[in-house]
Amino acid sequence: MTLQAAAGYAAATGTFKLTFLLVLLPALSAAVLLLGGKRTNPWGHLLGCAAPIAAFVIGLVELLAITGRDGGQSRQLDQHLFSWVPVAGFHVNANLLLDPLSLVFVLLITGVGSLIHIYSIGYMEHDPDRRRFFGQLNLFIAAMLLLVLADNYLLLYVGWEGVGLASYLLIGFWSYKPSAAVAAKKAFLVNRVGDLGLSLAIMLMFATFGTVSFTGVFAGAHSPAAHGGTLTAIGLLLLLGACGKSAQAPLQSWLLDAMEGPTPVSALIHAATMVTAGVYLVARSGAIFNASPDARLLVQIVGATTLVMGAIIGCAYDDIKKVLAASTMSQIGYMMLAVGIGPGVYAIGILHLLTHGFFKANMFLGAGSVMHAMNDEVNMRRYGGLRKVMPWTFVTFGFGYLAIIGMFPFAGFFSKDKIIEAALDKGGASGYLLGSIALAGAALTAFYMTRLMIMTFFGQRRWARDAHPHESPRVMLVPMVLLAAGSLLAGFLLILGGSLQHFLTPSVGTSVEVGAHTIAPLILSLLTLAVALGGAAAAWLLVGRKPVPVEQPLNVSKLTWAARRSLYGDALNETVFMRPGQYLARALVFFDGRGVDGAVNGLAALVGGSSARARRSQTGFARSYALSMLAGAVAVTAALLLVRVG
Amino acid sequence: MSVNYYLYLSALLFTIGAVGVLVRRNAIVVFMCIELMLNAVNLSLVTFARINGNLDGQIIAFFVMVVAAAEVVIGLAIIMSIFRARRSASVDDANLLKY
Amino acid sequence: MTGLEVLAAHGATTTHEAVVFWFLAPVAVAGALGLVLVRSAVHAAVLLAVVMLSLAAFYTTEAAPFLAVVQVVVYTGAVLMLFLFVLMLVGVDSTDSLVETLRGQRLAAVALGLGFAVLLVAAIAGAISGFHPKGVGGAEAGKGNVVAIAELLFSRYVFAFEATSALLITAGLGAMVLTHREPTTPRLTQKERMLERVARGGSGMAPLPGPGVYADHDAVDTPALLPDGSIAPTSVPEYLQVSAARPHVEDVERELEGP
Repeated sequence: MTLQAAAGYAAATGTFKLTFLLVLLPALSAAVLLLGGKRTNPWGHLLGCAAPIAAFVIGLVELLAITGRDGGQSRQLDQHLFSWVPVAGFHVNANLLLDPLSLVFVLLITGVGSLIHIYSIGYMEHDPDRRRFFGQLNLFIAAMLLLVLADNYLLLYVGWEGVGLASYLLIGFWSYKPSAAVAAKKAFLVNRVGDLGLSLAIMLMFATFGTVSFTGVFAGAHSPAAHGGTLTAIGLLLLLGACGKSAQAPLQSWLLDAMEGPTPVSALIHAATMVTAGVYLVARSGAIFNASPDARLLVQIVGATTLVMGAIIGCAYDDIKKVLAASTMSQIGYMMLAVGIGPGVYAIGILHLLTHGFFKANMFLGAGSVMHAMNDEVNMRRYGGLRKVMPWTFVTFGFGYLAIIGMFPFAGFFSKDKIIEAALDKGGASGYLLGSIALAGAALTAFYMTRLMIMTFFGQRRWARDAHPHESPRVMLVPMVLLAAGSLLAGFLLILGGSLQHFLTPSVGTSVEVGAHTIAPLILSLLTLAVALGGAAAAWLLVGRKPVPVEQPLNVSKLTWAARRSLYGDALNETVFMRPGQYLARALVFFDGRGVDGAVNGLAALVGGSSARARRSQTGFARSYALSMLAGAVAVTAALLLVRVG
Repeated sequence: MSVNYYLYLSALLFTIGAVGVLVRRNAIVVFMCIELMLNAVNLSLVTFARINGNLDGQIIAFFVMVVAAAEVVIGLAIIMSIFRARRSASVDDANLLKY
Repeated sequence: MTGLEVLAAHGATTTHEAVVFWFLAPVAVAGALGLVLVRSAVHAAVLLAVVMLSLAAFYTTEAAPFLAVVQVVVYTGAVLMLFLFVLMLVGVDSTDSLVETLRGQRLAAVALGLGFAVLLVAAIAGAISGFHPKGVGGAEAGKGNVVAIAELLFSRYVFAFEATSALLITAGLGAMVLTHREPTTPRLTQKERMLERVARGGSGMAPLPGPGVYADHDAVDTPALLPDGSIAPTSVPEYLQVSAARPHVEDVERELEGP
């Protein structure tokens, strides 16, 4: 087993041999719940919660073990499971790589995932399909863990597709609702585009480097023989894959519709799994992006664009879950921006990913709690004044709110501040541009989140007549409280002494302060805080001072119109892809009907028609037949004569 | 005189018989025309035997006669049964086997 | 063996043979043409007999006396009689109408026939003109035609000969099967037929009058006269009345009305 470990990684021994259980436990649980049928109904949700909690415990044990290794001991441990594709010239092992980067993801996925599982016990209590729900949640967790633990791109791709499948199943969980079925299909299809990019990237890796393992590909990217253009192509294809999973422009359109799934699913997709996969992919493939500035630039552009788009969209929606979804797009944009800036900043992106995981899960569970109380009403214009009725939800949600707008000392402050700083420190015009965009994004974030808070928890009660809001049960509140604590503390603890950056160094390289600071860190932090406060103040001025109309006002600016339509993302897709596709399909149908079928049927008709005429020669008169026999005899005799004479 | 004349005569008789098969409708007469064709061939065979200087041609002519006798027996029986069923001996009336 | 046959056995043709050929060949051709052209099937059968007998004569001049005899006995005697027998069963009145019903059939048949004849003649002229006939005398080796044929038939061709015997038996059986008919109604007894005739009444009570009461006509196709002097149609067999016998009935009627 020692010999099977990938070159460059230490073989997993001792505690680290438990790594495979991380994937196996949720997968087994999913299998039991999904295949076990109704007899697992009474205890299905308990098993569904136990699996990710057990995985989380294993993750904690391994965290202790890995931090115990220092000095000369490698912190990248490779566990060989079996030889997967033993073909000559293409050898792929099913190996799991446990290193700081994957461990961080494991803890996020299992930790936040466990809380969401526990929350779901209460949220889905009255759903007849709760057991199936837990089975699919476990499948989601297992696929995501396989994704982050794979030590080669092919195995990563398996997890990648598993995540896509699980998200499809969960978004369409209430498949009897047409909107949910359509949303699930849309998410799946848009993800296919990204998956195509990833699969092409893997093929290109194999064609270029002859291997798909991380070590082989990274070594190949570093070698002088690697061609810049090929690396850029691989980087761009990886970016396409990342865009699909992380809902970045131009593949962002599925994320808003994905809110059709149950709220815990939204929390899971947005905080712990799925959308973080793209960021993970870029961070993991850092060696490739380090070697290709062009690919990095595009990652930055995508990140910055989505950051602003998501923020603008978030300002316009009235659906509480869609506002949160748009904010996810925006925050993932921050992360992409960070990992796109490249060497030394990957850790910052991961930091924001972690803090975001806490406060976004926190807010989604809070939103679920609100919806639970309001008969599944999602329109914020029908909320208002809930802080009195749901104090626990209000407080925990408030923690998440303060974290996302980057208020000191909440988690978002540390991570977002660092990203803006890194963008500015990039230097040059692009640095200023990206920095200003990130700052503007912070202001917009503060604006729309404040708007959400005001419309939901403050102001008059604009409830529907039959709404009787109440605080959620304890099983839902406990995870919210824990996550709120994370929203408060995660950033501070992780940034303390640069602990996360140091921890991640073996995986993503040293975190370096890039050049001189464009703006002194203290001033920048104050500036960020000021911008966020400004955004919040603007929201107070625009939304908070006057009563919120129950109906959506129609006399609004063009930008608001556009934002309400997700900045025409769907319209663009329809115009550029769907309609030409439909025309092409219609043309093909026409061609098939008239051209192919016409040729085939025409040939058949020709044969049939000519046969119908030819059979008229079968008159039934023996003398006619005899005549043709004589004609044949004449012909044969003539031919014989000709041959003899000739 | 050349023995070829026998062959010319044979060809002529054969052709007349063939045309008779084609133009006559009475099944019995058609049958007679077929016999005429067989006889014409027999004449050829006998002449060939003479030309080639062996008796095989005559033997074959003999076999043709035997087979013709058998054929006549069967053919006339068929004509009889058709006549019984349809009250007609015209070959044109038996034309059901068609499109 | 006649001198004529001896010569033919040696292959060369003689003046005698030429005389026989040039006399009988036109007869044969005329008979064949008549076979195709006459309306009456009975006449056609007689003309076919003429052709066959002519061919039998040719067989004798071509040193094939055995075949000549077989031709006369089997063909002209048996086969052709079988034809006439069937003609009698089918009805002697089954004459063809000479109107062609298939469009273009007659023209096409004549054109193709002429073309075929021309082709055959051309082929014979081109192929055989250079050969000199050897005659079958060598093959007979002085044993005579019949013995030589018998030796050949029972040695080299014995299996074919046996096969033809099987063929003939099969053909006979086949003819019986084809012409046999199961009665669908019970056969009437003589008593029943008599009762039916009496019940029908009329003039059928007495036996039919016999034919041939005229002194100058005693053939079966001459009808009897009834006591009132009129003709008794039932006295002439049905088959004879329909065609050939008619004139005689009319003759009698004319004479009765005569002066």
